[in-house]
Amino acid sequence: MQRIGVFVCWCGSNIAGTVDVQAVSDALKNEPGVVFSTNYQYMCSQAGQDLIVDAVREHNLTGLVICSCSPRMHEATFRKTAQKAGLNPYMVEIANIREQCSWVHKEMEIGTEKAIILGKAAIAKVHLNAPLTPGESPVTKRALVIGGGIAGIQTALDIADAGFKVDIVEKLPTIGGKMAQLDKTFPTLDCAACILTPKMVDVAQNENVRIFSYSEVTEVKGFVGNFDVTIKKNARYVKEDICTGCGACVDKCPMKKNPNEFNLGMDNRPAIYIPFAQAVPKVATIDPNACNMLKNGKCGLCARVCTAGAIDYTQKDEYIEEKYGAIVVATGYNPISMDKFDEFAYNQSKDVITSLEFERLTNAAGPTAGKLLRPSDGKHPEKIVFVQCVGSRCDACAEKGKEYCSKICCMYTAKHAMLTRDKYPDTEVYVFYIDVRTPGKNFDEFYRRAVEEYGVHYIKGMVGKVTPEGDKLIVQASDLLADKQLKIDADLVVLAAAIEPDKSARPLATMLTASMDTNDFFTEAHPKLRPVESPTAGVFLSGCCQGPKDIPETVSQASAAAAKVIGLLVKDKLTGNPCIASSNELMCNGCSSCERVCPYGAITYVDKEFRMPDRTTRMRRVAQVNPAVCQGCGACTVACPSGAMDLRGFSSSQIMAEVDAICK
Amino acid sequence: MQVKEYKPLIVAFCCNWCSYAGADLAGNNRLNYPADVKIIRVPCSCRVNPMFILRAFQRGADGVILCGCHPGDCHYTSGNYFTRRRMALLFSMLDFLGIERERTRVEWVSAAEGAKFAATMNDFVATVTALGENKRLEDLRCKK
Amino acid sequence: MQKISRESLVEKAIAMLQAHEVSAVLGWKKGEFDYDITPALFTDAEDLQKNFVWNDFCGANFSKYLVEKTRNIEGKILTFLKPCDTYSFNQLLTEHRFDREKVYAIGIPCEGMVDIKKIKDACGEGIASIACEEDVLKVTTLYEDAPIAIETETVLAERCLACKSKKHVAYDELLGETGEVLESNRFDEVERLEAMTADERFAFWQNELSRCIRCNACRDVCPACTCEKCVFDNPNSGVENKAAANSFEEKLFHIIRAFHVAGRCTDCGECSRVCPQQIPLHLLNRKFIHDIDRFYGDYQAGAEVGSRAPLVDYTLDDLEASEIFEGRDN
Repeated sequence: MQRIGVFVCWCGSNIAGTVDVQAVSDALKNEPGVVFSTNYQYMCSQAGQDLIVDAVREHNLTGLVICSCSPRMHEATFRKTAQKAGLNPYMVEIANIREQCSWVHKEMEIGTEKAIILGKAAIAKVHLNAPLTPGESPVTKRALVIGGGIAGIQTALDIADAGFKVDIVEKLPTIGGKMAQLDKTFPTLDCAACILTPKMVDVAQNENVRIFSYSEVTEVKGFVGNFDVTIKKNARYVKEDICTGCGACVDKCPMKKNPNEFNLGMDNRPAIYIPFAQAVPKVATIDPNACNMLKNGKCGLCARVCTAGAIDYTQKDEYIEEKYGAIVVATGYNPISMDKFDEFAYNQSKDVITSLEFERLTNAAGPTAGKLLRPSDGKHPEKIVFVQCVGSRCDACAEKGKEYCSKICCMYTAKHAMLTRDKYPDTEVYVFYIDVRTPGKNFDEFYRRAVEEYGVHYIKGMVGKVTPEGDKLIVQASDLLADKQLKIDADLVVLAAAIEPDKSARPLATMLTASMDTNDFFTEAHPKLRPVESPTAGVFLSGCCQGPKDIPETVSQASAAAAKVIGLLVKDKLTGNPCIASSNELMCNGCSSCERVCPYGAITYVDKEFRMPDRTTRMRRVAQVNPAVCQGCGACTVACPSGAMDLRGFSSSQIMAEVDAICK
Repeated sequence: MQVKEYKPLIVAFCCNWCSYAGADLAGNNRLNYPADVKIIRVPCSCRVNPMFILRAFQRGADGVILCGCHPGDCHYTSGNYFTRRRMALLFSMLDFLGIERERTRVEWVSAAEGAKFAATMNDFVATVTALGENKRLEDLRCKK
Repeated sequence: MQKISRESLVEKAIAMLQAHEVSAVLGWKKGEFDYDITPALFTDAEDLQKNFVWNDFCGANFSKYLVEKTRNIEGKILTFLKPCDTYSFNQLLTEHRFDREKVYAIGIPCEGMVDIKKIKDACGEGIASIACEEDVLKVTTLYEDAPIAIETETVLAERCLACKSKKHVAYDELLGETGEVLESNRFDEVERLEAMTADERFAFWQNELSRCIRCNACRDVCPACTCEKCVFDNPNSGVENKAAANSFEEKLFHIIRAFHVAGRCTDCGECSRVCPQQIPLHLLNRKFIHDIDRFYGDYQAGAEVGSRAPLVDYTLDDLEASEIFEGRDN
């Protein structure tokens, strides 16, 4: 039986004005287990706290009930007081007789009666309180960044600058991501390569950063502060540490006709290749599906011309295991496939291209060396039609597109249109849009310049159909403002394809037990207040994996994620919240209901041997809660039909005791 | 003979992060609601087991209200979404058994909605008072 | 009359036992009477030949038995599953309640099972024996000289009249043919109750549930109730009660039981079959199923292994609890 002390606070006249505090402390004195009951003017004051400490010592109290202001106000204070008196801080319960009693009721009789009931409920609960100790776990001071685009690079740089080790895992042979493929960036029109490649070099040269390119994460175990990650380094058949990136092999390779991914297949690359001149790491990679040596054992030319001796046809995939304290997801985006958009004739005409392809066509390092030429005949296009929202903001066509706004298309289309008119003033440029959305610093000014200074024809309305006819593309569209149908004989049609999360994100989310929305964007821990954290502790979000973003926004979020990671890694150990769920293994059915409602992936299952009452042993699948990951919401406790899952500090019996006390 | 005015007994489960704070705010702003409402603090509305609600009715509660963060604002991301399903189904079942559907309610109250909290409680108490005593789910032994 | 013969089942079972492909056979045998066919475990051919039963009384759903039997028996168990049993089978697999590797499941077609209560209504008590023939049951009672012939169709169990599926959703092998998911009228009774006034519904359930003797048969037979320890048996749960002291506790037990199996109940109807007080308990489960279908989209528990039960799932724009009665004026 607990020895409970009740301390009723007057809070000056805040409580005492509407609640007869003497009557409350007198009434609660008679409750079972209560051995001491008093009232005092300001319980939270030093004198009030001393009164509590003295009472604990004098009456050997084991549990405290403080009838005072809201626990949101002073629960922490009184827990410390309890600790000072030698009690476990979780042996304190607060009856909220200020905010939820004296302040909302006017009559003394009513207020007093309610305060007594609230006090009784707190007493009933504290009877069932048990000492709780927060768990501690160490922190591995190394971070993993998955994805080496601008988001991943920025996050890694910021973490490394704070003095922590960071590894970047990038699935392609080079870091740089989508930004490396862009030509100019809105709204300032500085060239993407000029601002990105120095960062790529920085990150490569930073001694706190390791880059695993052409690699992927294959397994994640553990939890915040203690992740065990397996990284698969795909065989590139070139010794990374020896290759100098001279490119001799690339020049000599006879298998030259392979679609060049970096230029989105608009030109070809050899079987051994370096994606682009500023690639990091600048080493060659052999495409095993194209290399004659790897396929048929014939050739070996690259090995012969490599003076460094870096070519290794026998190289195997390598698995690296590493421990991390934090993981940042920066897996980025891709334009959606245009296969389902037959109306735009993307698959019928080479001159219907996506905006990313347009970037390559205007990029000095692209397939046309920066000259805007039609992919079909290499002629200069005189009339270009840009179609916005291709697959974005789809409602009726949700089956083939996305319901969300891809956010970046309005701005890059304005950029494309403006740059075209700037370089080739003889070109007529049309943009078809649903709305032009330009919130952002200097964004609307940028768009207006495209219209006003550069004379781009912005037409509100959607393109219904694109039909190749001879060397023209007949664009049928409606002009909603003029309420008429248009027919434009264009030379080039550019589709602002919606963007979607990279396909690698979904399996990664499963590995990380991080939640995703229906569009496969990672979910934040809180949409407003914790935008760069995943609900899974220790997993952070950077860039477009969380939602469509432009570069400035991506970089800010990348730095924000880095700040969160640094805040975690700087700790030597993590102290958990002790009010967490725990499973009674003897009662657990192993049914997985709790696991399915846990927003944090805190619940795992183990097969465990149990001794049964009849002295046999039996293997049973039981749930285990990771105390470092559980946040104590209690969703699992209701999902569990057997009642094996309970929540410390808010146990079923505690809550029912409160219900009983109130309803008595 | 003086007839005692009927006072209902209302149990309100409030999540710690939004609704309990909303109730505190009602207090800070001195917004009145009947003392018939007794609040039980839970970490999240998803902590509330249907068993607790039935228990309250069994022990003589006349109404039970569950308050949580607005959908999308749950401190634990998804807790109130589970609450919403569980309570929709539970309340529908209670109605199926012929229990007055006005005796149970779910309300989303944010930490900034002190006024909404008070208004909700005033309305709920008035509704339950009009219904009168809960006789269909009580345990007679628990009645005084 | 069942289309697949008892002999073909026995033959298959014996063959598998003798080939040591399975070490036991979960089947039906006669209980005290011809109509209380009970589940039984067979381990030898002779026993099978003599005691294995397959007829219009084999309603028992074997899925739940696998939880315990697969733990206690070395080697594989052969079990026969009617279409509705396969749903429970899958649901238990979803919840990791037994090891799939330890079971050899043979799907068998079912023409519907009869309800002994209906037979007794037709022939009175004192049934000495019942012979299942083509479309007809021949019932011999203590009081009549000649057997009474009853058309099987007229005494089919309610759950079979409202059969939801003739399709087997899980099996290693089929004997006979599998069918289709059916358009069933199984929610008609739920809707009839919903159309009543609250007072009428209360009166209906008060009448039904007050007969409950808390024998726990519904729980013990339910393939969704496989908890290691039921909350109602657990002294620490705060709601432990063995016998209902008053009408509230019956309600508490049945509401909570239905809630615990909501989204997991496959609507096999075993609860009502075994209720000695003939309480239509399946209506509580069907109410949940019907609500789930209406509120969150059609969901059939056990239709596939690993599906996410509606109560451990959500969408951002689910119905609010305050909206569930919209459009209803009673």
